[in-house]
Amino acid sequence: MKISYNWIKEYLDLNVKPADLAEKIERTSVEVDDVVKPSDGLKKIVVGHVLSIEAHPDSDHLHICQVDVGEDAPLQIVCGAPNIAEGQMVIVALPGSRIANNVKIKKSKMRGVPSAGMICSLQEIGFSEAVVPKEYADGIYVLPADAKPGDDVYDYLGMNDSLIDLDVTPNRGDMLSLYGTLHDLSAIYDLPVKFDQPAVKEAGEPIADQLSIHVDESLAPQYKMRLVKQVKLAPSPMWLQIRLWNAGYRPINNVVDITNYIMLKYGQPLHAFDYDKFAGEDVYVRNAKAGEKLTTLDEGEHDLDVNDIVIADDKAPIALAGVMGGLDTAIADGTTTVAIEAAVFEHDHIRKAAQRHNLHTDASQRFERGVNRTGLQDALDAAAQMMDELAGGTVQTGTVVAADNVPAPAVIDITMSRVNAVLGTDLDQAKVTHILETLGCDVTADGEKLTVTVPVRRNDIHIPADLLEEIARIYGYDELPATLPTGRMTMGELTTSQKLMRATRHSLEGLGLNQAISYALTTEDKAKMFLMQPSEVTKLAWPMSVDHAVLRMNVITGLLDDIAYNSARKVKDVALYEQGRVFYREDGTDRPSEQEHIAGAITGTLLPTAWDAPAQPVDFYQVKGIVAAYLKDMAVNGDVTYVANTDMPEMHPGRTADILVHGHRIGFMGQIHPTIAKKFKIGATYVFELNLQAIIDMPKQENQYDVISRYPAITRDVAMLVDNDVTNDQIVELIEKRGGAFLQSVKLFDVYDGVKVPKGKKSLAYTLTFQDKHETLVDDVVTQAFEKVEKRLQDDLGAEIR
Amino acid sequence: MSLKDKLNELHERGLAEIKKSGDLKDVNQVRVSLLGKKGPITEVLRGMRDLDAEERPKVGAFANEIRDDLTAALAKRREELENAVLNAKLANEAIDVTLPGTPVAKGEPHVIQQIIDQIEDLFLGMGYQVLSGPEVEEDKYNFEMMNLPKNHPARDMQDTFYITKEILMRTQTSPMQARTLETHDFSKGPLKMISPGVVYRRDTDDPTHSHQFHQVEGLVIDKHITMADLKGTLQVLAHELFGDKFDVRLRPSYFPFTEPSVEADITCFNCGGKGCKVCKNTGWIEVLGAGMVHPNVLKMAGVDADVYGGFAFGVGPDRFAMLKYGVDDIRNFYLNDVRFLNQFTKKG
Ligand SMILES: [Zn+2]
Repeated sequence: MKISYNWIKEYLDLNVKPADLAEKIERTSVEVDDVVKPSDGLKKIVVGHVLSIEAHPDSDHLHICQVDVGEDAPLQIVCGAPNIAEGQMVIVALPGSRIANNVKIKKSKMRGVPSAGMICSLQEIGFSEAVVPKEYADGIYVLPADAKPGDDVYDYLGMNDSLIDLDVTPNRGDMLSLYGTLHDLSAIYDLPVKFDQPAVKEAGEPIADQLSIHVDESLAPQYKMRLVKQVKLAPSPMWLQIRLWNAGYRPINNVVDITNYIMLKYGQPLHAFDYDKFAGEDVYVRNAKAGEKLTTLDEGEHDLDVNDIVIADDKAPIALAGVMGGLDTAIADGTTTVAIEAAVFEHDHIRKAAQRHNLHTDASQRFERGVNRTGLQDALDAAAQMMDELAGGTVQTGTVVAADNVPAPAVIDITMSRVNAVLGTDLDQAKVTHILETLGCDVTADGEKLTVTVPVRRNDIHIPADLLEEIARIYGYDELPATLPTGRMTMGELTTSQKLMRATRHSLEGLGLNQAISYALTTEDKAKMFLMQPSEVTKLAWPMSVDHAVLRMNVITGLLDDIAYNSARKVKDVALYEQGRVFYREDGTDRPSEQEHIAGAITGTLLPTAWDAPAQPVDFYQVKGIVAAYLKDMAVNGDVTYVANTDMPEMHPGRTADILVHGHRIGFMGQIHPTIAKKFKIGATYVFELNLQAIIDMPKQENQYDVISRYPAITRDVAMLVDNDVTNDQIVELIEKRGGAFLQSVKLFDVYDGVKVPKGKKSLAYTLTFQDKHETLVDDVVTQAFEKVEKRLQDDLGAEIR
Repeated sequence: MSLKDKLNELHERGLAEIKKSGDLKDVNQVRVSLLGKKGPITEVLRGMRDLDAEERPKVGAFANEIRDDLTAALAKRREELENAVLNAKLANEAIDVTLPGTPVAKGEPHVIQQIIDQIEDLFLGMGYQVLSGPEVEEDKYNFEMMNLPKNHPARDMQDTFYITKEILMRTQTSPMQARTLETHDFSKGPLKMISPGVVYRRDTDDPTHSHQFHQVEGLVIDKHITMADLKGTLQVLAHELFGDKFDVRLRPSYFPFTEPSVEADITCFNCGGKGCKVCKNTGWIEVLGAGMVHPNVLKMAGVDADVYGGFAFGVGPDRFAMLKYGVDDIRNFYLNDVRFLNQFTKKG
């Protein structure tokens, strides 16, 4: 809501600059989006009197005008506006002037004719298209005839005012009006408000003889109308137009402008109907009936819902209550009798209707937040009185009051000790009482207990905590001391699982992977890839885009998206990990379960190419080394094994392994399938994904001291030829089983399957280390054990020892 | 020439030869020629049998003295020469120390993670627990128990990804307030917690909006927690994240789950409070929302609001990171360009 500084000053003896006022409002009341003085940035824009115009010889739409701008000689200005005419007072941007958007106007020639400046439209001096009166929308603006040539135009157009744009929070509906804002400022500055309520001059017939209203009070707890006859539609006076356009409203005609003006002033939305267009003299406030339709003022056609509240005459709905009036009964040329409606509609209905019909109006916004329930009659009277004064109307006698259920004011008890205990302050009772009274509350005291009666217009205050906020903000948050909580001590410590998650991240970073945080919402296609367990997809009911419509069931695809993003930007070496949740859903349930996962994806080279280190493209074994080192870091207790998996559709069938701990699958790793790489538009990429929750839950190795033998170790190497399908795991397992009591370790040191070995075979070589903890080993013992191993390799695995 | 003169002469000659020796081989030759079994000293000693019994020991001692001195001189010369050889070798081994080091694999934590860790560590130090809640929430915890009943107008402020009518992607980490309040045993002590995590809003991604971002919720509930405690706590947080010269100010705001509700601003990091474009000339930047927990929130979770009360705050690590590092597009945090990620190497 844009509120005028000058308007505020009419009612409040403020002695502060607009910027300071805005700052004060922001610090004490509601947020301020900005403060704008419309004339800021404009220069040398004055009133001009069009003395004469003649057609431009080389143009069919330009005119050459002689314009008196208060100087000795008139200026010659070429003007293309269709509505230019002799005798008009117009807005002239002089040579050397600056108009909207910092545009400078210089002397120029237009189609060969010198032009000393420019005759301006309102838009050209910074007015928003939305507020320019329709008759001037496509041309220059014509100032009142009494404007003085040569004067700056700003005061004529209200452009020296400062407009404070309030960003009103949903609880402060009262601030959506001058009236409410004045009362808040009155408390903030401790100043009285001078707000006079005009008396209505009633004449003519009693309204009761001309109008009957039938209201469903559950839909409209308050509903009133006044009737004004013999109204003459005309443009509003300048002061009113200025108020409106400075608040962001387009002046239309006196009657409509008055309703908007009263809404801005009192916060009470009013609607003006053309009474003569009613079918009959009865008006109904009811739910819409199935099949009813309404064309609203903005010419929108609406199929009404049975939950919509409508105003109807004997035949049909004439307004969507609290949202927008109907076109058929709208004020239009020829209107002479105006029915003014002031009402309160049930806010939920209004909110839903506004959403349903996508009509979020200033009226619906105010009804949703709640209007001043004690202010309807004042607003209605003020509007009727203005229609008398500005449109020559005759206000009919009386008001039709169809419903008038005004809620009782909130009465709240609060103690001084509570105030100070919650705020951490040391305020005295007089101070607190004064603050509450400046806010319009009645306060009675019983010892340290205050009984506070809150004005009805402050519909956001119901409980002691609400009063605490009022006291705190008016007292000033800057005045609050700054302390830290005291009281009973608590331990601050991460849980075991939080510690492991941190350790996971540190481990993988130490192993060279950057942490990524990708989107958890993805496409259905990607959500279903790299699945580690069967799951239904979980879809958003109303996604914002197809790219983010389904909850992920793997972390890898997010990383592949990241690699694709990098790759598209010519970053070819990417090593990322992500720790985050996947969402598995069982058929028949709505809510997925959340499982912590850890995943990695590497493409290009892990280590940057350097002058002393040639590029080494990432491969399976490098990633396996990372996974193994990570699992070792986590002290996973149990054998970690890697079993070839040829069946994952998104993975390379020959380069994928399940990762098992104690025979229990916790994840997988390997190269993504080339078709998947192609789909993501990325190169060869190796990935892993592990169920982090499983790792968290797994038993961990206790650190135990193992004696390091003081006796020398003896090593023996064995090289062998085996069939291609014999795995390293098989060989190592056999050696460990048959190596005897002193075998300490088996280490693979060479693999060769090149031209020097027969087809279908490969050569593997291992170092076996033997050691005794208690004495020096005898060579014979080792030889014996070693020969046993060799024999078993030959017998069991068909190895050919070399 | 007496034996003694002979020895003196040998001594001088020996020292000169040692000095002259140019390499280890020379030194060895000198040693053999001087001190060897066929060397002049041995010869001199052999000539002692012609001496008086009285003279013999004196000359013998003198000869030994000279032999020792020459031996020492030889050792010293040997060491000198060895050092020279070594130095020459080392000089040969010199490299260009300005060539770049061999790369090692080293990853970095995500910048958002760094900020979350920093916040966690700060509050752990002040005795808070760290709790994480589900990302897929029930409407009940995300809204209703946060004092946002179904038709509350403030629900319009939070566009929500619903999965079903009752299940949604959490729009805030606040549901952990309700979940924790429900289960906390206040007889065991106050509740002091923070809850970091990912949240989701139905927004179109652009430089300042992301449908996914992070939040850290904070909550302290005990018998005597004040708004001044909230102010002090936020000050500590601002100092930790931005530095000691940053001030905090509170402004009134509105959240259904707190009353009073405040918005906290910190001194503009760009202009230090003088006023600039970033802070719209106010000298302040809005960083977080906070307030005293609404009694309805306590009551709905079964906590006696007449006895217990406290404060809650919600901070956005994404926004903090943007402010702290001048990141102008929030999408950078979720696109994971490694060149972007690798810039944030200063932890804490
Ligand atoms: Zn600034």
